[in-house]
Amino acid sequence: MAAKTLTINGLQISAEEGATILQAADEANVKIPTLCHLDGVYDVGACRLCLVEVAGVPKLLPACTTKVVEGMEVKTDTERLRKYRRMTLELLLAERNHVCAVCVANGHCELQAFAWSLGIDHVRYDYCFPKWSVDNTHRLFGMDHNRCILCTRCVRVCWHIEGAGTKNVSGRGGHARIISDLNQPWGEADSCTSCGKCVQACPTGALFHKGSTVAEMERDRSKLEFIVTAREKKQWIASD
Amino acid sequence: MMSKRIVIEPVTRIEGHAKISIFMDSAGNVADAEFHVVEFRGFEKFCEGRPFSEMPGITQRICGICPVSHTLASAKAGDAIMAVNIPPAANKLRRLMNLGQIVQSHALSFFHLSAPDFLLGWDTPPAQRNVFGLIAANPGLARAGIRLRQFGQEIIEILGAKKIHPAWAVPGGVRSPLTEEGRARIRAWLPESFATAKTAFDLFQKTMDTHLREIQIYGNFPSLFMGLVGPDGSWEHHDGKLRFIDSSGCIIADQLDARDYLQFIGESVQSSSYLKSPYYTPLGFPDGMYRVGPLARLNVCERMGVPKADAELKNFKSMGRGAVTSSFLYHYARLIEILAALEFIELYMDDPDLLSEDLRADAGINSLRGVGVSEAPRGTLFHDYTVDRNGLLQKVNLIVATGQNNLAMNQTVAQIARHYVRGATISEHLLNRVEHGIRCYDPCLSCSTHAVGQMPLHIRLIGPDGAILCEAARH
Repeated sequence: MAAKTLTINGLQISAEEGATILQAADEANVKIPTLCHLDGVYDVGACRLCLVEVAGVPKLLPACTTKVVEGMEVKTDTERLRKYRRMTLELLLAERNHVCAVCVANGHCELQAFAWSLGIDHVRYDYCFPKWSVDNTHRLFGMDHNRCILCTRCVRVCWHIEGAGTKNVSGRGGHARIISDLNQPWGEADSCTSCGKCVQACPTGALFHKGSTVAEMERDRSKLEFIVTAREKKQWIASD
Repeated sequence: MMSKRIVIEPVTRIEGHAKISIFMDSAGNVADAEFHVVEFRGFEKFCEGRPFSEMPGITQRICGICPVSHTLASAKAGDAIMAVNIPPAANKLRRLMNLGQIVQSHALSFFHLSAPDFLLGWDTPPAQRNVFGLIAANPGLARAGIRLRQFGQEIIEILGAKKIHPAWAVPGGVRSPLTEEGRARIRAWLPESFATAKTAFDLFQKTMDTHLREIQIYGNFPSLFMGLVGPDGSWEHHDGKLRFIDSSGCIIADQLDARDYLQFIGESVQSSSYLKSPYYTPLGFPDGMYRVGPLARLNVCERMGVPKADAELKNFKSMGRGAVTSSFLYHYARLIEILAALEFIELYMDDPDLLSEDLRADAGINSLRGVGVSEAPRGTLFHDYTVDRNGLLQKVNLIVATGQNNLAMNQTVAQIARHYVRGATISEHLLNRVEHGIRCYDPCLSCSTHAVGQMPLHIRLIGPDGAILCEAARH
């Protein structure tokens, strides 16, 4: 496969043809924030945190779904990007009911970690305070829609890695939400294999092990990587 | 003569916001008083729909002073929903944390909040009559008091990783044991804490000798008393059953299962306050008025179960005919409980169970209702949850200590006002004394209305026709 050369933040790098800017940046050790990307599953550009500037393109592009092009000049950390990232995160925080102090994922939450790294100590927008419920019908897992950011990682791991196709998205805009099977209580979704990959994939406290208490929900993503590596490369390697 | 109403608002050095109304009759005498809590938070409502496993974390946010009390009562309600007996080590660890909580909260009440009143003098201006004034007047004592509180807080932190709002007690048990290192730290700090307790006793003994009038009129009236006791009638702070006694010291109900509280505790709602007023149902409202907290716990129990505190209990009991009825002696009761807590903590230091890793029972939803009861520093705390079969809360009822003392606080304010209100004006003298009358109960209004805020004081003198005759506010 042909290599492409490009610059990221002035740094000259080469990447495989077909790679995304996010992958190229990652290989060059340049960190681009993202909440919806998950190694092992396809990208959908849902969270808009990985937006980057590309010379000659007036609009911002999501690094996770934009493929590298020869001679591309990418900037990942500019004043403009920081401003938009902060805005995006604040909108995510305002959209549903995120209460870190009493959340099962407190201290292990990607949304919280990014908010903290950007110094978000308050949100400038009015909170929506929507009335979302908790689906606790599954024997092992719970889903709290209040904490969901609609990254769809759970949907993608369910379809792409497990192949069960239980998780899906219904509704549009602010009414969109993750559903199980045909919008049934999760515990009644016949297709669910109770594998728990969705719970491991979730970046916030939206999906959790039932019975979890404050700050107790730690994820183990290595299992997802392990399965994908085994399937695609026929290498059964446990990462540690 | 015109009718009068005195209002004190805000009341300081208690947790939360409050207002006091003193009602005068046409002869210019104090007819009645009301202590209003003017905050509202609504924990009982917004917890609906949450998984019960999150409740120890959510409900402890009701308060920053006694989060441990809420988290423990909540975890116990969770145990009941799972219908499990928690591992013995977990129960001992919860008890140890509750002892730390009693020490820190009582030390705060005694040294930081109340001592400035009786040590610096009632009529010292409020700007000096606080813990900073105490630091200036008696730095050694203030430091020792602050350190004693810190000792209690450190126990909470050693067990739960945080001094305030530890995510540690969970339905089924606790999340981590005591470590060798933590035990060594507690053990090393104990002698200093015992010494501070002794200083406080000596000090309060002198205070009692010079404050006979306060003992007589600061909430000295007959009432029932309620608290948990052990099977043998000994002092209890976390397990055990409820006992009610009357002011003559007679047991009127004993070994009541706290889970059945609805059968003997009713809640009356007054339009003037967000604080509900619980009463002992068999005697009706308001005759069923009862007091909870340190004074009540010492009144209902027969022994503390540890030698030094038992010696003090004997002295305490000698101060009443039957029950000790003066709310001024809440302070004394608090010191005795600090001493007992220190002695029990010392005993726990030799218990190998506390290092056990077997700390958490696991189970599903086996009961759709769970009641958790524990003694908070300010009195008996009830958490009553009803869940659906998936463990989501359908109904939450919290009965907290300050609410249970509501009627007694009203009566205390009226009693003090009767002695100090002269004419239709509010003197500084009156403000200070009424304030302290409230403070005897160490009320936590954040907890009792499940509300938040600081504690400013607003007092109004109100005449028989409802007209406000005089008003004084302090912020």
